[in-house]
Amino acid sequence: MKILVTAKRVEDPESKIKVKPDGSGIVQEGLKYKINPFDEIAVEEGLRLVAKHGGEVVVVSIGGKEVQEQLRHALAMGAHRAVWVNHTGPLDQLGIAGLLQKVAEKEKPDMVVLGKQSIDDDQNQVGQYLAEFLGWSQATFASKVESLESEQEKNKAPALVVGADNKTVRVVREVDNGLATLECSLPAVVTTDLRLNLPRYASLPGIMKAKSKPIEELTPEKLAVDVTPKIQVLKMSSPPPRKAGIKVPDVAALVDKLRNEAKVV
Amino acid sequence: MPIVLIVAEQQPDGNLRKATLNAVSAGRTLAEKAGAEVHVVLLSKEPSKVSEELKGLGVKAVHTAGAPELEHYLAEVYTPVIAGLAQELKADYVGMASTAMGKDLMPRVAARLKAAMATDVMAFNGSGAEVTFSRPMWAGNVFAEVKLTTPVKAFTVRATEFPAAQGGQAAAEVKSFTPKLEPSKTKFVDFKEVKSARPELTEARVVVSGGRGTKGDFKEIEALADELGAAVGASRAVCDAGWVPNDLQVGQTGKVVAPQLYIAAGISGAIQHLAGMKSSKTIVAINKDPEAPIFQVADYGLVADLFKVLPELRQALHKLKE
Repeated sequence: MKILVTAKRVEDPESKIKVKPDGSGIVQEGLKYKINPFDEIAVEEGLRLVAKHGGEVVVVSIGGKEVQEQLRHALAMGAHRAVWVNHTGPLDQLGIAGLLQKVAEKEKPDMVVLGKQSIDDDQNQVGQYLAEFLGWSQATFASKVESLESEQEKNKAPALVVGADNKTVRVVREVDNGLATLECSLPAVVTTDLRLNLPRYASLPGIMKAKSKPIEELTPEKLAVDVTPKIQVLKMSSPPPRKAGIKVPDVAALVDKLRNEAKVV
Repeated sequence: MPIVLIVAEQQPDGNLRKATLNAVSAGRTLAEKAGAEVHVVLLSKEPSKVSEELKGLGVKAVHTAGAPELEHYLAEVYTPVIAGLAQELKADYVGMASTAMGKDLMPRVAARLKAAMATDVMAFNGSGAEVTFSRPMWAGNVFAEVKLTTPVKAFTVRATEFPAAQGGQAAAEVKSFTPKLEPSKTKFVDFKEVKSARPELTEARVVVSGGRGTKGDFKEIEALADELGAAVGASRAVCDAGWVPNDLQVGQTGKVVAPQLYIAAGISGAIQHLAGMKSSKTIVAINKDPEAPIFQVADYGLVADLFKVLPELRQALHKLKE
């Protein structure tokens, strides 16, 4: 099986995000960058699928040369090779999905597995756009029935269940009020939710090996995709701060405040 | 006149998802600013009583399509039907609530319509063709004002930011149409519902959430929730451990809630959890650790053992009713 996975470069989710005073963007100084946590889960799932069924994991990222860090991270986790779409400047979800479509058409994977959203834009769109552009089956928010402390997880078994004929995949989806199971014909686009797996750490030998793994460079021009953004962020602002609260000494005081001040009970 | 098309959502039990009412009211707000009219579309297995409920919500028209293929929602089946109707109506805007279905469906519909999309819209600003969308980024740490430049514009709305549309207004015309069905490469296998008598998290007036401090024992959380008619929520750690179902997770990566009252018990308050609840009107934090970050966003903080004070709180609230 060939699995195409993504590795978007995003701000470390633990970092404090501040808006620039003129609202033109966020303050970059002092920020650390990581692979989008949902994409890391996608890389892990790709590795598990290939460990079970054979094949290769190809990881793709879009951005300036700094995204090679995220590609190397995925390669160190065990991905076989990388595709880097070299692009600096603004890019929206339509542009990203357009580029991934061309990469998928070139690579012809059995599955594209990617994060359900990236933790910077929080748009939750690219997988669905990609599936429609490709005309492929779609399963978003892939999860599993077993918990992250289960035997299944400890054994690093893939949560996505490929059919005996390698023509379908069963996906358990996290939806409102429960879990929905779909059967997708391959090739398919799957987006990952939080509890699909616990991604592995890159081992030292993995990091060493990653250095010699190939990274192919492409550009929007080479892929013939017009990436002019159709989504324009006009201005950013900080959410209104919450007014400082108080500590109450006991339950009686709390109930009094809820009743007479907040008037919510 | 420009058209705003809102996609209605039916629950597995056949009732209207409450978030649809919020989406309709968001659609009306957008329509006022854009000088447009609101249409609603409902897809189902067979003609449904829900269309009766929709037509009284102050909209121009309700479009319904029924077919056996539409029984179980699938993005690939619903996309050509919704996009086909949008094209026929020449709709300028297509949107729905940011539910699991909305998040799954709307980007695919947008792709079919070559539309750019804004997710989790909290407000519409500007007027006419220049309407812009306010939406959260970086887990709600940034609000962005966004302009979509494609002819058709798609969006999902954060239901808690818009009041529920009220029924009983002048009845709109209900029009049934023949759905444009395409063969699907995806099959519905099953849906395992987590049954609960409590309100849905994103729709509840009160939410009681538990974290690591519960050590997986949610009895007191649930008992307090039931006293208040509240929904039960949880932190990510609790869901990851498998102590409670995943769909109870409140946070950036789970559900975003904004109830009148949010009670966090035994939750330290990681950034990603705060992102999911800090728009709540009143926040109460109960934690043994006085330094827990949750106290920084709480209106009322109580430094205490939750196993001791939750029963006390429940009894005190019960007494108020007597």
